[in-house]
Amino acid sequence: MNSRDAILDSLRRNAPQLSPLPEAPTAITYADPEKQFAEAFGSVGGKFVRVTSLAEVNTELGKFESYTQARKIASLIPDIGRANVDLAALKDPHELEGLDIAIIAGEFGVAENGAVWVPGSTLGPHRAIFVVTQHLVLVVPAGQIVHNMQQAYDRIRLERPGFGIFISGPSKTADIEQALVIGAHGARSCSLFLVGSQAR
Amino acid sequence: MIGHAEKAAPFVANEGRVHWHDQALWFVRLKRDRQAESIPEWEDLREAAAAIKAHTLSRIADYLEEFERNARSNGIQVHWARDGAEHNAIVHRILADRGITRLVKSKSMLTEECHLNPYLEAHGIEVTDTDLGERIVQLRHEPPSHIVLPAIHLKKEDIGELFHKELGTAEGASDPKYLTEAARGHLRQKFMAAQAGLTGVNFAIAETGGFVVCTNEGNADMGTSLPPVHIACMGFEKIVPRAKDLAIFLRLLARSATGQPVTSYTTHFHGPMRGGELHVVIVDNGRSAILGQETFRRSLSCIRCGACMNTCPVFRRSGGYSYGYTVPGPIGSLLAPLRDPRKFGSLPFASSLCGSCSDVCPVKIDLHHELYAFRQELVQKKVVPLYKRFGMAIMSSVLARPWAYRLAGRLMRWIVRRLPRAFVYGPWNPWGRQRELPPMPRHSFRDLIKEESK
Repeated sequence: MNSRDAILDSLRRNAPQLSPLPEAPTAITYADPEKQFAEAFGSVGGKFVRVTSLAEVNTELGKFESYTQARKIASLIPDIGRANVDLAALKDPHELEGLDIAIIAGEFGVAENGAVWVPGSTLGPHRAIFVVTQHLVLVVPAGQIVHNMQQAYDRIRLERPGFGIFISGPSKTADIEQALVIGAHGARSCSLFLVGSQAR
Repeated sequence: MIGHAEKAAPFVANEGRVHWHDQALWFVRLKRDRQAESIPEWEDLREAAAAIKAHTLSRIADYLEEFERNARSNGIQVHWARDGAEHNAIVHRILADRGITRLVKSKSMLTEECHLNPYLEAHGIEVTDTDLGERIVQLRHEPPSHIVLPAIHLKKEDIGELFHKELGTAEGASDPKYLTEAARGHLRQKFMAAQAGLTGVNFAIAETGGFVVCTNEGNADMGTSLPPVHIACMGFEKIVPRAKDLAIFLRLLARSATGQPVTSYTTHFHGPMRGGELHVVIVDNGRSAILGQETFRRSLSCIRCGACMNTCPVFRRSGGYSYGYTVPGPIGSLLAPLRDPRKFGSLPFASSLCGSCSDVCPVKIDLHHELYAFRQELVQKKVVPLYKRFGMAIMSSVLARPWAYRLAGRLMRWIVRRLPRAFVYGPWNPWGRQRELPPMPRHSFRDLIKEESK
């Protein structure tokens, strides 16, 4: 018998009696999910910026030191950021090394933990962009904040074949004496622009 | 068998370090509590997670087949390994067939369990662990001492010294930010030069044929989106039925592990990167035998968050190396002797049975009950050392007979005071090695009560 069949056979022999799948519990909701999201995103080391229009994103970006000093900028959102890297021209993801800023669209945010869902199809030709870049800028439409992860998975359409990721703040580590250090391997900073008119 | 207490001896010899280790882990436990308290349905989530795991284990073969089918249709190549040796050979074959000699790894306890690194290195492959804590212990030629915090046994000065020697950082520098930056530069070079990336699997999804990897550092993402070959290794118990089940586990995992609401990166892989390859290796390595043991099968529900370690009064004061197994702490004290009761028979006794581990476990493994049950099994199977069995036999025969108990009490109260100290604290009294016996009272509690009621 090959290993696959041997393992499956052994699992069938050893499996306990069928036990039922449970219902998911009722998950937390917030009076103001946008406010909760902003707090959660800040608590995981991200910078939250509320703007009303895409034009305003450009203005606010101009106030970031990491942006004004950046030499290589890539943007996956038309007209956002003074992009000077043509991602389509890169033959290999390794050529992303040296990228200072990447501007990427997030599909929606999750209030309970400050995570942003980024489907692979919005990452352009090289999905490595979100982690190789020194600084990451996420742009999410206002109104696209769900309360909790259970709502998030009700909404996610996993791309098959494909890729998708929750990003919650910048890359970080606490592996040296439990001291939190931002900027382990991936982005050293993670900013998020929530764009659209203020909710009533 | 070198027991837990003997292996803990070098660690506990440094009292200051023990205290620091204890406090560092308790701090993580407190962060976990704050996160748990922020979710009103926390207990319901644990309940649901436990039930999903129990259900999945009850028809795990079906779910694995479903996963395999869907993964293949996503372009993922699925391999099966009965044991560690077969797992290592599969990984090596994938690399060797493609002429790959430089591999970057993100955290995978399974590959530690299978001793993959030394195997690949012996075959001429450069393996770089890329999680900062894992890289630190790799450079020290040590295994991780904790499954989530691999270098928790080290102080920043130790790491500063190591990095000075290995990475050329300034002598005497120990600032975590500076050291992390040095590691970032060093490991970026490794990422850029790697020809393949290997990761563990936090959750594999039967319904969609994909899997999820969680990291804070982004090392799994660097390692799997630059080189074209990605190998992911998983114990079969990592499977969950549906994508929506991820919500339950992801709400629990990071909160339980490090007291974060979620990890920085939660990456869903459902196929190879453009022009690349994706392999999943599904490993048994003794797990199916555990599935057949009713008393202990719940240990297969473990999602490797490490919360039981952070809360355990024994782990906090004895350090991860005292367990001598890839997974230490309360859960390791089950998994290790399930694998080899003779080698790891002391571990179920490395517990105060206080139950704190069971209280924090996000998938509600009844850890302390299982540890207690394991002790009984070990005694019945005579795996426990003779002196302990002998002592317990005498103890139980005395405790079962009130007259013998009274007599023994009287004898002890009379004789202990008259014996020389060297005798009372002789080699037959391991308890007294670090502790003082209380002074022997003149009267028993029974005598005092009698006196009172006169």
